[in-house]
Amino acid sequence: MLKERFPLFKKHPELVYLDSAATKLKPASVIAAQTEYLEASSTNIARGLYPLAEGTTARVDAVRKAAADFIGSDPEEIIFTSGTTAGLNMAAYMLENFITLEGNVVATDLEHHSNYLPWKELAKRSSAEFRLAASTSTGALDEESFEGVLDEHTELVALTAVSNVSGIINDIPSLVRFIRKRAPHAIIIIDAAQRAAHLPIDVREWDADMIAFSGHKMYGPTGIGILYGKKSLLDTLPPAVFGGGMVSDAYAEETVYREVPARFEAGTPDIAAIFGLGEAFRFLEEIGFEKIREHDLALQAHALSELRKVFGEDIQIIGSGKPEDYAGILSFTFGSLHPHDIAQLLGEKNVAVRAGEHCAAPFHRVKRLAATTRISFGIYNEKSDIDRLVAALKEVTRILS
Amino acid sequence: MSLYQDHILDHYHNPRNYGNLPHATHHAEALNPTCGDSLALDLNIEDGIIKEVGFTGKGCAISLASASLLFEEAKGKETVKMQVLAPEDVLKLTGLALSPVRMKCALLSLETLKKALKSK
Repeated sequence: MLKERFPLFKKHPELVYLDSAATKLKPASVIAAQTEYLEASSTNIARGLYPLAEGTTARVDAVRKAAADFIGSDPEEIIFTSGTTAGLNMAAYMLENFITLEGNVVATDLEHHSNYLPWKELAKRSSAEFRLAASTSTGALDEESFEGVLDEHTELVALTAVSNVSGIINDIPSLVRFIRKRAPHAIIIIDAAQRAAHLPIDVREWDADMIAFSGHKMYGPTGIGILYGKKSLLDTLPPAVFGGGMVSDAYAEETVYREVPARFEAGTPDIAAIFGLGEAFRFLEEIGFEKIREHDLALQAHALSELRKVFGEDIQIIGSGKPEDYAGILSFTFGSLHPHDIAQLLGEKNVAVRAGEHCAAPFHRVKRLAATTRISFGIYNEKSDIDRLVAALKEVTRILS
Repeated sequence: MSLYQDHILDHYHNPRNYGNLPHATHHAEALNPTCGDSLALDLNIEDGIIKEVGFTGKGCAISLASASLLFEEAKGKETVKMQVLAPEDVLKLTGLALSPVRMKCALLSLETLKKALKSK
């Protein structure tokens, strides 16, 4: 029973947690690793010459290696950040020299604000054009989405691997191939926050230039994330944050930056979170993506069929409606019933869901949705959670109708 | 206790003074873009008294019920008294104990009323 490994359910046994796209609950092993740092090895990294500090440094290096193994990269290509948002914002400053007056920067209407606003601001700072690729009617990206917006002046393309609203999976390897054909000079950035705990990431197969994801959306702690960058690209980029640990020498006339990735990691990171993140990688590896996918597919199929069976024409499911197209997220609307009312009433019945725009205003504007109700899954969810959701929804829609 | 008490659901399902006033002296619209809620309010003001109110809108139960309750309360009142209404007055009137997230739903009605009083 995987649920037993999540202490939150001991404190809240009645909770039906269907908000895992906001944050995943943490298994005991992740919590224990964070505590272990605080209680038994709370020293700083990289500089201490005594055994305790050396041990902490070695552990952080080991987590960097685990992150690299998780996505098939080299450890030098792994930058610790405080999360996806921090990673993408940092990337926008690292890449500033690439964006020119004649160039254009492309994002998509599916993006979370954190993979949209940094690029819009970057375009503005560089007086470049900001363009938006349009998602399909089922909330996915295809070649047609990018057809009209890419050209030889496209200098950057940012897209999401899994939409945080629709939950629809984008075919990143084939989209990257297409983008490279149409925009040969573009740097390609992937927001993998919603994918990391649900489907594997293979940086060599994807061939993207940079990829960002968060620890807390993959059963790890908050305050830690990964920014992957191709080594050949990172070697050419300036740092975005300056301070301790990122220079090998500093004179008034000249600063000598350290090697990659140290030059991008100024200051002391959240070391307790890095310890925890290491256990999150271990947890995912232990279960395996084959089993995780099987679990998601079973929940998605059950939820889609139950919601349709019980609510019929009254419910509108965002996306294709085919279980295999989603990765742990399903969103819907109920005619004129407001998602905030639905979520609040579900909350009163111990069913935790999310309602609103999910930090993706462009998607809602384009699809003419005021707001949506979102359910999202973790490895601890069971079919009975969906049955309790459906039962609660029946009551909620009766109250509101 | 549920936020959705009977009087809230009643005002949500049967909003009072719903509809436009054909010869309104004052009018305002307000929008809450993050949740898609919108309200439009017509007032007929004579000698500093709100004689008639009429509103339309779409949104969540909290925003619509608050609008119905507040605008019903404003009817027959002096405009000077309505101009100084505070957020706490709206919460008292509706009897809602709201989290900060939902506060803006209830207060859209107050914003609309104050805008209408200032309009011409």
